[in-house]
Amino acid sequence: MSNVGIVIVSHSPKVAEGAADMVRQMVGDAVPLAWTGGDVDGGLGTNVAGILEAIETAWSPAGVAILVDLGGAETNSEMAVEMLPEDRRARVLVCNAPVVEGAVIAATESSGGSSLAAVKRSAEEFYA
Amino acid sequence: MSLDRVARERLVRALAASVIEHADELTSLDQAIGDGDHGLNMKRGFEAVLAALPGLADKSLPEMLKAIGMTLVMKVGGASGPLVGTFFMELGKALPGQPSRADLVAATEKAIEAVKARGRSDAGQKTLLDVLVPVHAVLAGGGDAKAIAAEAMQAADRTTPMQALRGRASFLGERSIGHMDPGSRSASLLIGAAVETLELGVNT
Repeated sequence: MSNVGIVIVSHSPKVAEGAADMVRQMVGDAVPLAWTGGDVDGGLGTNVAGILEAIETAWSPAGVAILVDLGGAETNSEMAVEMLPEDRRARVLVCNAPVVEGAVIAATESSGGSSLAAVKRSAEEFYA
Repeated sequence: MSLDRVARERLVRALAASVIEHADELTSLDQAIGDGDHGLNMKRGFEAVLAALPGLADKSLPEMLKAIGMTLVMKVGGASGPLVGTFFMELGKALPGQPSRADLVAATEKAIEAVKARGRSDAGQKTLLDVLVPVHAVLAGGGDAKAIAAEAMQAADRTTPMQALRGRASFLGERSIGHMDPGSRSASLLIGAAVETLELGVNT
């Protein structure tokens, strides 16, 4: 499958999983999808290891778009991207979009075979 | 500044203790203007750092700092993980094994630039940079341990009347005024612990 992968990162595992459920309902299995949420002790928060794992799960040669909720999710996602092998780094983008709506729109765009840049743009246009 | 194995372990324990002993205070600061997890997050991170002893102190100073940074990045859980973790990692990359004071000045400047890039922020936005930047100026100007520690505490205090422009507290707008920035407080605690342990003199 060469559609752009989607990663959902929320402070709350329930929000991340719920958003992923909505994406699956919209696009089925046409898009590689993974979610992560919570700190390493299972409390509210985000963690770099979980984000790296989600990127691996949703990996696609076309790249991966990450949707995040609040501050720490963004900072931890950017940190995770930087820790990827160099050849993967440029193919993972963090979107500046609301996590639930952005994930659904990004996945819909991806399911039509759009590029990573187009997927990111669609998710972010929703914000404007 | 010569740091043997004993001194490195003492430094790690002092850094960790400074944050762990103030975890409740950091949490209550963060409850006022953030999401209330800063104390717990930093405590978790530094407990993981302590758990890496004694092996951690067997490493050279640069390697030890990089390992501390990576542990904080992986364990802290909030935005402070990548921010404080980046500071330690970049410090480790820039410092030689037995740094001079000039090495320390140059390396901390690089580490501060990396924190600015990671947070897309600068001094004046009510973040840990409001401690790091003025403390670096005192360090670069030749201040001794006492002067550096004093500036760290005062700089954290000076974040109280500031309005947050970055991080979760920025959502509060003007309501962020009147509370000390938790990230500035934890940075000042770490700096205080570091300079006290290093007994940083004017010429070292």
